[in-house]
Amino acid sequence: MNELYWRIFLNFSFFIIMLFIAGFYCILVTRNLIRVMIGLELLIKAVTLFLVVACYVSGQAALGQALIITLIVMEVVMIAVLAGVVLSIYRHNNSLDARRLRELKG
Amino acid sequence: MPSLLILMPLAGIMILNFAFGRTMKRSAFWFAVVLFLIQIILAIFHHPVFWSNELEMVDRFFNVSFSMDYISFIALLSIGIVSLVSLLVARCSIDNEEDRFNFINLLVIASIGMSGIVMVKDVFSLYVFLEITAAASFILIAFWRKRRALEGAFKYILLSAIATIMMLTAIALLIVLAGDPSFSVIKSALGRSSSSFMVTLAVGIFICGLFIKGGLVPFHGWLPDAYSSAPAPVAILLAGIVTKVVGIYTIMRVMISLFGFSASMGRVFMFIGALSILVGAFAALGQRDFKRMLAYSSISQIGYILLGFGTGTTIGILGAVFHFFNHAIFKSLLFVNSAAVEDSVGTTDMDKMGGLASRMPITGATSVIALLSACGIPPLAGFWSKLIIILALWKSGHVAYTLIAVFASVLTLAYLLSMQRRTFFGKLADGLEDIKEAHTRIRVASIILAAITVLVGVFFPLMFDNFILPVKDILLR
Amino acid sequence: MTINLMLLTAMIIAALWTVMGRSLLKASIGLALTSAIITILMFRLDSPLAAVFELSVCTGLITAVFVSTISLTKPLTFPEIKKLSKDRNKRFRYLPMIIILVGMALAYINLKMDFSAVREALPEGAHETDVRNVLWNTRQLDIFGQIIMILTGTFGVIILFKGTRKR
Repeated sequence: MNELYWRIFLNFSFFIIMLFIAGFYCILVTRNLIRVMIGLELLIKAVTLFLVVACYVSGQAALGQALIITLIVMEVVMIAVLAGVVLSIYRHNNSLDARRLRELKG
Repeated sequence: MPSLLILMPLAGIMILNFAFGRTMKRSAFWFAVVLFLIQIILAIFHHPVFWSNELEMVDRFFNVSFSMDYISFIALLSIGIVSLVSLLVARCSIDNEEDRFNFINLLVIASIGMSGIVMVKDVFSLYVFLEITAAASFILIAFWRKRRALEGAFKYILLSAIATIMMLTAIALLIVLAGDPSFSVIKSALGRSSSSFMVTLAVGIFICGLFIKGGLVPFHGWLPDAYSSAPAPVAILLAGIVTKVVGIYTIMRVMISLFGFSASMGRVFMFIGALSILVGAFAALGQRDFKRMLAYSSISQIGYILLGFGTGTTIGILGAVFHFFNHAIFKSLLFVNSAAVEDSVGTTDMDKMGGLASRMPITGATSVIALLSACGIPPLAGFWSKLIIILALWKSGHVAYTLIAVFASVLTLAYLLSMQRRTFFGKLADGLEDIKEAHTRIRVASIILAAITVLVGVFFPLMFDNFILPVKDILLR
Repeated sequence: MTINLMLLTAMIIAALWTVMGRSLLKASIGLALTSAIITILMFRLDSPLAAVFELSVCTGLITAVFVSTISLTKPLTFPEIKKLSKDRNKRFRYLPMIIILVGMALAYINLKMDFSAVREALPEGAHETDVRNVLWNTRQLDIFGQIIMILTGTFGVIILFKGTRKR
C-alpha cells in the first residue's frame, strides 16, 4: 500500500472516530428513546464509512460494496425492530423518557 | 452439504409463509419438530458423507461452503435439543394459532442463525448470522409486548447493537490488515504481523464486543433483565443456547480459527471468567425471582466455560466444550421447570411459592437432577465437565483460580438448594392448594432433558470419546 | 483529498447538528444529511453501488422510519419543550468541546506519529473488481443471510406494529 492510500485511511479514521464520539455521547447523555436510536444510527453510519474506507485502501472496493449492501440490509431491519420496540414502550408508558425504564433492576 | 442445514429451513419457512394458507400454518409445528430432529440426528451421527463439502448438486448450484469440526457438532447438537425443547414448551403456552405460527417461524429463524454462526468460515458472514440470531431473539423477547419484556428487549438491543458495531470496526481493521474477510486468510496475515498495534486493537475490540453479547461480567447488565422478562419458551432458548452460541462459542471459534490462541488473551479470559463466576454466584444468592436467579446462575456457569478455555491447554478446552453442552442441557431444564411453575402458579416470585413438589412431582424431581448437575455432584453430567475444568486449572498451575472454581461450586449448591427449598420443598404455600402438574409437553421436555443429563453422566466415557476427545484434533492444526 | 476533508468536516458538523438539535424531526433530517454526505464520500471512494444503496435505504427508508416513529408519538407541549431544552443544553454543551479537543489531538498524532511499522503488514495486489461477481460468487452466503434477515424483519413488523387491538 502506498503513502497516499495510507494518508487517506488515517484521515478518514480520525473523522470517523469523531463521529463515533458524537454517537456514543448522544446515547449516553440523552433521555429520549428516539434520540438513542438516532445515536445508534450515527454509530452505524460511522462503521459503514469505516468499512468502505478499509476496503478501498486495501484495493478491494468491489468486496467492500458487497459487504456494505449486506450491512445496510441488516441495519435497516435492526432499526425497524428497534422502532417497533420503542413505539410499543411509548404505548405503555405514554412517554419516551428513558428514565422510566426502571422497572427491572438488579 | 452442511449448507442444507441453512437452506432447508429457509425453503421451509418460505413455503409455509407464501403458499397453501391455513393448512400449512397448522403443520408449522411438525415441520419445525422434524427440522430440529434432523439436525440432532445429523449432529449425533456426524457421518462424513453429509458433512464433507465437495459433494452433490446442492453445492454445485449454491456457491456456499462451510467448515465443520467437532466443536461445531457439539454446538449443533445443543442447538437442536434446546430449540426442540423450546418449541415443545411454546406449543402449549401459546394458544392463538396465528401467534404460534409467527413464534415458530421466528424460532426456526433463530436456529438457522445459530447454525450459521456455528458453521461459517468467514468473519463477515459470522457477523451476518450473529445479527440474524440477535434480531430474531429481540422480536421473540418482545413477543407479547408486555411492559417488562419491552424494557428488557430494549436494553438487549441497545447493548447488542453496540457490540455489533464494535465487531464491525474490528472486521474493518482486519480487512485492512489482511485484505479479505475469510478466517484462513486473516489468520495467516496475523501470523505474519503478530505484534503490531492495529492487530491488538482489532482483537481487543472484537473480543470486547463478544463479551457484551455473551453477558460476561463487566458487561452483563442486560442479561438478567432480558432473561427474566422474556416469555417462558424464549427464556429457555436464550439462556439455553442463544447467548452461549453468540457469546462463548464465537469467542472459542474466533480464538481458535481466526486470531490464534495467545497466552495474554488466555489470562484475560481467565480473569473475566473468574469474575463472572463470583459475581454471578453472589448475585444469584440474593434473588427472589426464579428466572432472575437462573439468569445470574447462567452468568456464573458461562464464567466456568471461559475459565476452562482460558487455560489454553487441550484438557481445559475439552472441559470448556463439554461444559458448554452440559450447561445448555441443565440450564434449559431449569428454565423449563421455571416455565412449568410460572404456568401453574402464575408468578416467578419464589417467596409466594413453597411445597410445590407434592403437587408437581415431575417438575420437582427433574429440578433436583438439574441442580445437582449444575453444582457438579457425581455421577451427573455437570460433575465431569467441572472436574475436567478444575483439573485443567490445577495442572496448568493456576491455584487461585482452582480455589475460586471449587468455592463457586459450593455457592452454586447454596443458591440452587435455597431455590429448591423455597419453591418445591417444605409446606405448601397458601393459595396453591389446587394447582396441577404442568402440561404434558412441558413434562416430556423436562424428562428428556433430565434423561440426557443422567445418561451423559453415567455413560460419560462413551460421550467423551465420541464427541469431546476429537475436539483436540482441531487444536493441533 | 481536500474535497474529502471538506466533506468529512461537513459530515461531522451535520452529525453535531443531529445530536444537538432541539427538535426530533430536525435531528432525523440531520441524520439524513449526514447519510447523504457519506453517500458522496462513498462515490468518491469508488463504491457507486454501495453509495446508491446508502442513499436510497439509509437516507430514504430510515428517515421515513424515524419520521413515522416521531409522528406516531405525541409531540411535547411548548412549555415542556422550553424546560427540556434548557436541561438539554446543559447536558449537550460539552460535545462540541470534546469533538474539537479530540480532533486536535488526532491531528497532532497524525503529524507526529510514525505508522510505518504498521503499514508494512498491509496487503497489496489485484482483486476482483466487479461487485456483481463478488456478491454472487464469493458472498453468496451473505445473500441468503439478507433473505433470512428480511423475513425476520417482516415477522418483527407483523408482531411489533400489530396495533393496540388486543389491549
